[in-house]
Amino acid sequence: MAEKTYVLIHHDGRRVQTISYECLALAQKLSQETGASVSAVVLGNELQTLSKELTSLALEGVIVVDDQRLAEYSPEGYSESLFQLLDEDQPNLLLMGQVYQNIDLAPKLAARLKTGLVTDCIDIRLEAGELLFTRQMFRNKLNADISILSDRPWIAMVQAGAYLAENLRKGSSPIVPRTLDLSAVRFQRKSLETLEMTKKKVDLSQAEVIVGIGRGVKQQENMALVEALAQALGAEIGASRPVVDNEWLDRDRQIGSSGQNVSPKLYLAAGISGAIQHVVGIKNSGCIVAINSDQNAPIFNVATYGIVGDLVEILPELTKRLQEN
Amino acid sequence: MRIITCAKEVSSRETRYEINPEGKWIDESNISFEINECDEYALEEGLKLKEKHGGEVTILTLGRERAEKIMRKGLAMGADQGLLVLDEDSQINSPFVVASALAKALENEEFDLILTGTQSDDLGYAQTGVMLAELLGLPHATIVMQIEVDQESRTVKVLREMESGWSQWLEMPLPALLTVQAGISAIRYPSLKGIMQAKRKEIKKVELASLDLDLSALPALELRNLYAPRQDRKAELLQGDTASVVDQLLEKLKKEAKVL
Repeated sequence: MAEKTYVLIHHDGRRVQTISYECLALAQKLSQETGASVSAVVLGNELQTLSKELTSLALEGVIVVDDQRLAEYSPEGYSESLFQLLDEDQPNLLLMGQVYQNIDLAPKLAARLKTGLVTDCIDIRLEAGELLFTRQMFRNKLNADISILSDRPWIAMVQAGAYLAENLRKGSSPIVPRTLDLSAVRFQRKSLETLEMTKKKVDLSQAEVIVGIGRGVKQQENMALVEALAQALGAEIGASRPVVDNEWLDRDRQIGSSGQNVSPKLYLAAGISGAIQHVVGIKNSGCIVAINSDQNAPIFNVATYGIVGDLVEILPELTKRLQEN
Repeated sequence: MRIITCAKEVSSRETRYEINPEGKWIDESNISFEINECDEYALEEGLKLKEKHGGEVTILTLGRERAEKIMRKGLAMGADQGLLVLDEDSQINSPFVVASALAKALENEEFDLILTGTQSDDLGYAQTGVMLAELLGLPHATIVMQIEVDQESRTVKVLREMESGWSQWLEMPLPALLTVQAGISAIRYPSLKGIMQAKRKEIKKVELASLDLDLSALPALELRNLYAPRQDRKAELLQGDTASVVDQLLEKLKKEAKVL
C-alpha cells in the first residue's frame, strides 16, 4: 500500500502558522525518499479562506474538517476527529508542530491509537530504510535518535525552525472536505477566559539592541552589571525563563517560546545556555553575541561571535569601553 | 481530597553528562539523582490543595529502590504516603509503557486529582501525564500554572500557559489529571518535624512484574543512539584575556557586523 503522510495544520482561525509550513516542507522532503503522498489536515470551523492558503502547494490534498464543534480547540473534539480520520485513511505518519496545543493533544491521541509519538523533533530522516527521529534530551545537552516500535500511524511533533519553510514545493492541491460524526464526543473541558499574561510594559519585538540574560547571571546582585551594560549600549533587557521565574525581571521581559519573539540587529546573550525554548525567540536577530563560561553551551551554535568566559568580568569591561568611546 | 502526585527520579541538574559505552544511555556512575523539577512543583501544588481542602497526598513513582529517597523527601514536605512501582532492571523509557504501569498501579485507587509534571528533565517527552489521563478516562489540562478546586461542584479550574505570554482558564469535572509547569510557586522546605514524621510514613512497594502488563505488546520508543550534538559551532570564538576579547568584540561589532 502506498505510504501516506498527514500534516496537522496549526492555525489561529485566520492564518496557517509558519510551523505548519515547516512541517509540510519536511514531509515533502521525506516523501522524496519514501514516495509517500503528503496531505494537509485542517480542523476547525469556517475554514474556507484558511484552507485556500494551502491549495497552492504541491500536496495530495487539503483535508478539511469544518465543524462548529471544532470552532475552538478541545482535546476531546480534536482527538476524536483525528482518530476517525486516521482510522479510515490509515496514513503511516502524522506530523504536527511542537506547540502547546499539540502537547495537550498528541499524547491523548497516541494513547488512544496505541501508537508511538516522538515530541520535540529537530530532525526526521530515513536511514537504511527506517525512519529515525532526532530530539534533544538531558536538559538539552545531548541528542538522541529515536525509532518507534508500534503500529502506524507514527506521530511526530516538529520543533519550530527544525526545517525551513522556504523549501516548500509549490503546486496545486484540491480541497477535500470531510464530514465526521462528532455527536458522541463528551466535551468535558470548558474554556473560560483567555488572558494576555503580561502587561506588556515593554515591547521587546521592536528593540534594536537587546541584552539577554540567563541562569548564568547566577545572582540578583549581578543584575547591576547587566543594567550598566544595557545603558551603555542603549539596549533593552530581555531574559530566558529561569531569570523570570526567579523574579529578577518581570515576565514581560521573557524571550522565547512562552514569551516574546525578538529580532534586534544586535542580541547579546549573557549567561544563556541556548536551550531551544529561548533560541526560537531570538533566531531572527541580526547579530548574536554569546558570553558563557561553558564552551559546550548550545548558544555557541547560533551565535555570530562568542566569548567563553565569566560574564562577571566581561560585562563590566565591555561597559567601561563603551562608555569611553 | 485524595490527590496523587507522580514523581520521577532523574539525574541531577549539575550532572556533567557522559555517554555510556553502548551509546544508548548516560553513564550513571558517579552521578546524583533528584526529583524531576516539574514534579516537585506538582507536589507543592498537591500539598497546597491539601492544606486548603483537607485530605491526603500520595506520591506515585515508577523507579528503582533508589527512588525511595526522593519520595521520603516528598513525605517530609507533607505528603502522606508513597506508592513505588519497582522497576529495578528494565529501565523503561517509553511514555506509554510508564503511563500503562501507573494506570495499573492506580486501578483500585480512588482519587480526585492526579498531578504530574509537564515533562521530565532527562527524556523530556512530555507525554506520560496526558497518556495516563487517556488510559484512566480522565479529563486533563497541560502546562498548568494555577489550580482552584471547588469541592461542592466537584470541579477544578486551572490556568494553563500558552505561547507568547498568553494564558487561559479552563474548567473540568473531577476526577481530573493536570500536568504542572515548573517555576510557578515557591517550593517548601521540609521542616525537621516533617523529616522525622516522614520516617514513619508508609511507602508501599509493588513490583512492576506483578502488575500483569505485557510490556512487549505496548508501543515503545527505542533510544538508538545518544550523542553529544555536533558542534555546529557557528560562533567565531574570540580568544585572549578579558581586555583583549572585549577589544576584539567591539572591533568586530563596529567593522564587520556594523551594528555599533
